[in-house]
Amino acid sequence: MKGRYTPKVITGNALLEGDVVYFTADDRWSRHHAEAELIEDEAIADVRMLTASKDKNEIVGIYLADAKAGPNGPEPVHFREVFRTRGPSNYVHGKQADV
Amino acid sequence: MYDYNDFDDAFVRERVAQFAEQVERRIDGSLTEDEFRPFRLMNGLYLQLHAYMLRVAIPYGTLNSAKIRQLAYIADTWDKGYGHFTTRQNIQYNWPILRDVPKMLDALADVGMHAIQTSGNTIRNVTADHFAGAAADEIADPRPVAELIRQWSTDHPEFQFLPRKFKIAITGAPNDRAVTKAHDIGLRMVRNAQGEAGYEVIVGGGLGRTPLVGKVIRDFLPQVDLLPYLEAIVATYNLMGRRDNKYKARIKITVLENGIEAFRDAVEAEFSLRRAAFTGVDQALLAEIKSAFTEPDYVTKDTLAFEVAKKDPVFRSWVDTNVAKHKHAGYGIVSISLKAHGETPGDATSAQMRLIADLAEKYGHDDIRISHEQNVILPHVALADLPALHAALQTQRLATANIGLISDIIACPGMDYCALATARAIPVAQAIALRFDELKLEHDVGPLKIKISGCINACGHHHVGHIGILGLDRAGVENYQVTIGGDGTETTVIGERAGPGFAYDEIVPAIERLVLAYLTFREDPQETFLQSYRRLGIEPFKAALYPAGEHADAA
Repeated sequence: MKGRYTPKVITGNALLEGDVVYFTADDRWSRHHAEAELIEDEAIADVRMLTASKDKNEIVGIYLADAKAGPNGPEPVHFREVFRTRGPSNYVHGKQADV
Repeated sequence: MYDYNDFDDAFVRERVAQFAEQVERRIDGSLTEDEFRPFRLMNGLYLQLHAYMLRVAIPYGTLNSAKIRQLAYIADTWDKGYGHFTTRQNIQYNWPILRDVPKMLDALADVGMHAIQTSGNTIRNVTADHFAGAAADEIADPRPVAELIRQWSTDHPEFQFLPRKFKIAITGAPNDRAVTKAHDIGLRMVRNAQGEAGYEVIVGGGLGRTPLVGKVIRDFLPQVDLLPYLEAIVATYNLMGRRDNKYKARIKITVLENGIEAFRDAVEAEFSLRRAAFTGVDQALLAEIKSAFTEPDYVTKDTLAFEVAKKDPVFRSWVDTNVAKHKHAGYGIVSISLKAHGETPGDATSAQMRLIADLAEKYGHDDIRISHEQNVILPHVALADLPALHAALQTQRLATANIGLISDIIACPGMDYCALATARAIPVAQAIALRFDELKLEHDVGPLKIKISGCINACGHHHVGHIGILGLDRAGVENYQVTIGGDGTETTVIGERAGPGFAYDEIVPAIERLVLAYLTFREDPQETFLQSYRRLGIEPFKAALYPAGEHADAA
């Protein structure tokens, strides 16, 4: 019996500037984690990864990252993914500079 | 300073043009990422956590004012106005966009620089003693030979697909400031019984997941044999090294698995063949390169004003910590700290780089070095010019008097930038520096090297820190392991792990306990942290790190 599937989002980096992006339920790539599609089933995750891979000339290094539901949309679970949503801690650069 | 000849310039320009086309083909979709990745890595372009990163080689850590001004220009034009100097004497730009990278490489070529072989399984940027050509203890300036190695290794057709990356460091002095024993090949200039200068050749050192101190493969190599011998080592490794397992592919594992004797025998057999093929062209080239590394035109200046200025305690303190003995009377070697308390170790803004360029021209014979400890060196400054230099450095927060002290911390980019990192390193370094500045204990504590890596690959050299800190991911939480007693000099020792790791918010207090305990252990203020550790062993330090009952959550 498999354990409960940890929900996931699909993420990668934009080819041109390297910025972190997330795959949405309507097959777009968003700069915001909260707009990602939260995938709660492993079989669906496989299919969505295949769909996301159609964009591999625009998006690099596509992978599934653990996530959880939040009040405003999916939230990251692991600290690495938290850092990816905002940027480095030593300067206000990256995504945190845009908000 | 070596200047590119027509051949060098044409070669680098051609590589830039090739890469520009590769970038265009990637963007228009005719190259897949799998096809493009090897091309971008061959040109020093990584994709990191938040953006691309361009790693530019600073061969043997040597720059001049024109080069560092161009690095500042690149930072302003295509990045965010700063650069990060690394433990391998490289500079990294953290925010380039893909389309701009060929322009950055073109701008580098304008000043005789490149990013070739700053990644991939090739011979990487050759590093050297940052006091080269200036140190009082030096047998000979290692930079001409380092330049020869750069030319030999760049695009060497046999060594473009080694089992793994390959790092060479060279020093011309008995006091090792280039961490030669932690490199794939370390070269130390020594004299034999006849008084001739040659090299002690060290092989198989390295940090990373399997930290090993290099072993001497030749205790005396005549200078003329250097390139054929290096070629014999790399060729032997190229065949003998493992390609089945990335973690066992470095030459240190090859040497360990085969034994230094068998490896040496294989190298010597290869050497006898290779040596015959070297017709002396390398020595002719070396003679040409040597003519580019001339001694500065030393000037004699009245040092009275310098002696008077030393009455100012701020200036005096800076001279005591940041100025080292120069081989020429009336001169000093100035270390410019890139570790102002609370700043990111190794980062320099474009304004700081331009100031350093101006000061190198005005006071430093136009010579600039980047140290593996992530600071900037002006190797030749007349003592009489130090007061004016110090005053100018203060205007850009470059006059921190902390070289070799607790806040002069090496830190890799860690998980603030690096895709391989398992934890952050920079904010830990910032917090330690700020804490000891607040305690006003830095100068009382004295010489103490803290080195922080954000993953097991050990770019922050934590194994050879007097105190080493390794950031790991323990069950989804940042966790920091402490090692004690490491040493990166000619007496290289890998530090000893103290025990369980500390959480992110526990690591700075833990380091504080450790250092405050040392102040009570030392026999007198002259006994350094490392000397206390060597006298007492690790136990009292462990007791300070793990007071009874206060660390039950062992990771």
